[in-house]
Amino acid sequence: MGWAAIRAYTILVYLFMFLPVAVVVLLSFNQNQFGSFPMTGFSLRWFEALWNNDAVMRAFRTSIVLGLLTALISTTLGVLASLALVRYRVPGKNLITTILIAPILVPEVVLAVALLLFLNWLGIGKSFALLLAGHVIFTLPFVILVVQARLVSIRRDVEEAALSLGASPVQTFFSITLPLLMPAVAAGGLFAFTISFDDITGTLFWKPGGVETVPTQIFSMLRNSISPEINALGTVMIIMTVGLPLLGAAIARSLALKRGV
Amino acid sequence: MSSVQLKNIVKRFGAFTAVEKTSLTIPDGAFTTLLGPSGCGKTTTLRMIAGLLDPTEGEIVIGGKRVNDVPIHKRNLGLVFQNYALFPHKSVAENVAFGLRYRNVSRADIARRVQDALDLVQLPDVGARYPKALSGGQQQRIALARAIVIEPDVLLLDEPLSALDANLREDMRVELKRIQARIGVTTVFVTHDQSEALAMSDEIVVMSDGRVEQVGAPEDVYNTPASEFVARFLGASNILGGQCVSHGADGAVLEVPVFGQVAVPAAKSPHLTGPGPAKLVIRAEKLLLRAAAPIDGTLTAPAIVEAVDYQGQSVRYFVRAGDETFQAINMIDGRPFAQGAQVHLALRPQDCAALPG
Repeated sequence: MGWAAIRAYTILVYLFMFLPVAVVVLLSFNQNQFGSFPMTGFSLRWFEALWNNDAVMRAFRTSIVLGLLTALISTTLGVLASLALVRYRVPGKNLITTILIAPILVPEVVLAVALLLFLNWLGIGKSFALLLAGHVIFTLPFVILVVQARLVSIRRDVEEAALSLGASPVQTFFSITLPLLMPAVAAGGLFAFTISFDDITGTLFWKPGGVETVPTQIFSMLRNSISPEINALGTVMIIMTVGLPLLGAAIARSLALKRGV
Repeated sequence: MSSVQLKNIVKRFGAFTAVEKTSLTIPDGAFTTLLGPSGCGKTTTLRMIAGLLDPTEGEIVIGGKRVNDVPIHKRNLGLVFQNYALFPHKSVAENVAFGLRYRNVSRADIARRVQDALDLVQLPDVGARYPKALSGGQQQRIALARAIVIEPDVLLLDEPLSALDANLREDMRVELKRIQARIGVTTVFVTHDQSEALAMSDEIVVMSDGRVEQVGAPEDVYNTPASEFVARFLGASNILGGQCVSHGADGAVLEVPVFGQVAVPAAKSPHLTGPGPAKLVIRAEKLLLRAAAPIDGTLTAPAIVEAVDYQGQSVRYFVRAGDETFQAINMIDGRPFAQGAQVHLALRPQDCAALPG
């Protein structure tokens, strides 16, 4: 009785969480203009409409470029910061770690306003670079957490062995440390990309006029009407933010299997 | 091949001195062991030779060249670690080839030398496998192959056998010595295991608390310890405090409890300088238990067996004679003495060593 109740309750919770998402995905394939059940037929017309909607496509391109740049910069900074914090004796190591991780703990709105006010105070206006900087600040902690955890598990003597065999410190990093770190770097990059791709709060504050990302585009579209295009756009976003990490995990696993690790 | 010289090396970590002013010459082509308990500075010394640590003071000279300012990757050393430290993301062949890639060796030569190295460690067919697919002993052989394929000036081994289980360790001991003798590379081996040190070394450097206690061939270090620490650390010893009553060219006479006057030959008392307080070192396997008192002029004393530790081909006894407890390791034929048995100790004076008190 007890277990059955818990099981039923659990299922209900999951339904509550995922049913709306499922509805959005289902309705995006609906032929009818108005979102209602039963569906009148299967169609990709809303995806086609998206494809032909210049504003949406522009937002999509912006989001992808923003996400990729965020991932690139965040992982680069994250790897360097982790190396410094794990491999070297840095004064104030704990303080630096806390500061780097802090953006996760601070509410995003506060962070968004703070950065905006700060740059305003400095007399720097909103720009794509600012938006990118904001996203990097916001995603960096995730990269650092993942990369640090992995770096700690890479034995120092493996790097020392490479050094003793004649590889310079830089060669050792690229031939030994980085390859061993790659799963964490890839995971951190995926995190950064999907977080950036999804983000709306900070983006609303930071984006310069005329620039829209996918989430802000959906937001502004919703203000006018509830178009089935939004369902289609939502579906595309779900595929990107859920599919990418799954794809990454699958690739990582097949690589690991090949090496017998 | 090169000799290694340490000149007045000191290594401090903050207020802690890991290695105190140490000078040492490791001869060309020899197998030299740094032996001591953990924390004695042996690994620190090895890491300074490797270039993984900088000495606080002093000079390190390899092959006649001062290398203090030469970074590790330019020292041309082979390094083998306790935990193998193979590159997990590279195949065995890639692991072994790694050092050659930084040495202007042609591709064909790399393949040939990798195969030669794998042959030398008797694992010719594992090149395509990944380290995870190998056993601990095999991984350590690959680590050795990777270190020697670059033809290092000095081979540094940091407790390479400690992670292996007992039987394998003894096989690897023989194997390692065979390979070292074959390529004749100057080798520095770090271990806390005295039997490894005794079995493998041309020369043993016994260390304690950051200081060198004694340097010598295994037989010398074992038979003629230079200090009480060495006597206790290598093998099982009984040490009796007493007085040196006479000292001359042919040896010293010590007055000790239980055995009375013991005449120790000069070769076994080189560190004794004259009459005064002295210690008698009696190896546990030189102290024999007899049912009847010996009559052939060896030293003897009645004793009672307090504990018996049966080990198959030998027995370790703890016996009490007078106010002293002795450890005796005897080979046995037949039955060992039982606990509580009345026995007679037998000891040849020339088997004892003497130390200054």
